[in-house]
Amino acid sequence: MNKTLIVAEHHDGKLNPATARCVSCAQRIGGDIDVLVLADAPAAVAAAAASLQGVSRVLSVANAANVHALAAVYAPQVKALAADYTHLLAPSTTFGKDLMPRVAALLGVAQVSDLMQVEDAQHFVRPIYAGNALLTVATPAGQTVVATVRTASWPEAAAATQPAPIESRSIDVALPTHTRFIGLESGASDRPDLQSAARVVSGGRALGSADNFKIIYALADTLGAAVGASRAAVDAGYVPSDLQVGQTGKIIAPQLYVAIGISGAIQHLTGIKDAGTIVAINKDAEAPIFEIADFGLVGDLFKLVPELQQALA
Amino acid sequence: MKILVGYKRVVDYNVRVQVKPDGSGVATEGVKLSPNPFDEIALEEALRLRERGVASEVIVVGIGPADLTVHLRNGLAMGANRAIHVVTGDAVQPLTAARALLKLVEKEQPGLVILGKQAIDDDNNQTGQMLAALWDRPQATFASKLHIDAGKARVVREVDAGLETLEIDLPAVVTTDLRLNEPRFIKLPDIMKSKSKPIEALELAALGVEPGDHLEATHYAPPPKRGKGVMVKDVAELVAALKNKGLV
Repeated sequence: MNKTLIVAEHHDGKLNPATARCVSCAQRIGGDIDVLVLADAPAAVAAAAASLQGVSRVLSVANAANVHALAAVYAPQVKALAADYTHLLAPSTTFGKDLMPRVAALLGVAQVSDLMQVEDAQHFVRPIYAGNALLTVATPAGQTVVATVRTASWPEAAAATQPAPIESRSIDVALPTHTRFIGLESGASDRPDLQSAARVVSGGRALGSADNFKIIYALADTLGAAVGASRAAVDAGYVPSDLQVGQTGKIIAPQLYVAIGISGAIQHLTGIKDAGTIVAINKDAEAPIFEIADFGLVGDLFKLVPELQQALA
Repeated sequence: MKILVGYKRVVDYNVRVQVKPDGSGVATEGVKLSPNPFDEIALEEALRLRERGVASEVIVVGIGPADLTVHLRNGLAMGANRAIHVVTGDAVQPLTAARALLKLVEKEQPGLVILGKQAIDDDNNQTGQMLAALWDRPQATFASKLHIDAGKARVVREVDAGLETLEIDLPAVVTTDLRLNEPRFIKLPDIMKSKSKPIEALELAALGVEPGDHLEATHYAPPPKRGKGVMVKDVAELVAALKNKGLV
């Protein structure tokens, strides 16, 4: 009988929707699904996790040491619960990527990164070479499966009709103090979150400056979309790094993705392959982005983007 | 302080790999191999710390077959003092790599280990975190700024929510993100100089590391293709197409 523990990702007392995507993945594995909330004040996050369809139980651990998601602090607590589970999951966000390999190593087992498909409880498909190949791996029999879930591959679990029970737990393990949180500089805005938005407008190097990026923001606001960027635009300093979409940035799956002035390097395309509809606007008709775009428009973005915004306003 | 740097050889980032028709792997015969870009950033950061007097010695570590020495010479030409070659004919998974690195850490006692956050072939993003766990030391992954002072490191990390700053006690493991630095180019005289620098070869088995607890690769497949779309002639046609699909 499979039993999965999902480590909840949360920030500012809110459950990250990436966790609800892990629940869908765990449902595919089958069996019981528990969600672990490690926090200083877990009540609101635990309640949100309990309201996801498919969740059997929420384990809520209140501890002042859990106020920030430090892998070195979280990992020994996850390890302490691991014996009760066949599978340990977290989203393949910077949170899960930081934490789960540390958990796996503490358990002395391999870790599966970026789980895209579940064939059965031991066989999983994951991307390699920037998504240019899909690899099926078998985990060793009898070993706890530790994995991160590629969120773009899984829908968010629906709301439950009846909330799952929440159990308060205390975990009695020594926690290190060698790692200290100093601060977070967040580009938080009123715009939708890039990772979970239904619509995303991204700009590339062709924007030419941070100031010119305002036409991207304006179009995004008209569409109610999140803003993203290519690596080249981030490297050039036009936008902060948390907007980067691609192999080493965020992997996203919006219903609508609008790529503006983005040529379409392989590592960028990796981040948007699962988008529903891709629109590309670029002055170069030969740009690789047009090979995967559903709708392509060749021309000067500084003329076309304001025009598009007007037409949609 | 010594700094240990992981330096992996991978298929060059410009190569679009092809899956073999029988699904047994990806075709890597004859393709261009290069240092993992994140590892070049790791080495550059270590060299800068040495140039600032923070570190005294930079050691590059590679794990792989006999011909890996050519690749390690690159790291020496870039400026590392010496190299350690962990020799194995098998492809090594992250847990095995972390176990081998731990053995070298115990032997060399570095104050800092810098690794790339991921290798661009298997895209695992695990080895640094695993080494930190086995070593029972701090980790600061996805670093875009690193400052070392008085036995501590202050690391700015690129996380989904923005830029997070951690303070960690040394020794520790740091993994690099893209914007930590821009690696230097290797100059011809440096290549000549690298030939006299030492490469120590150690068999993986002689380190007491058995590759095991592995994931078994059962099948490789090409990704599903997106169908080719249509080109529209102007904004009006684009808006009509999006409306037609119910997207706006």
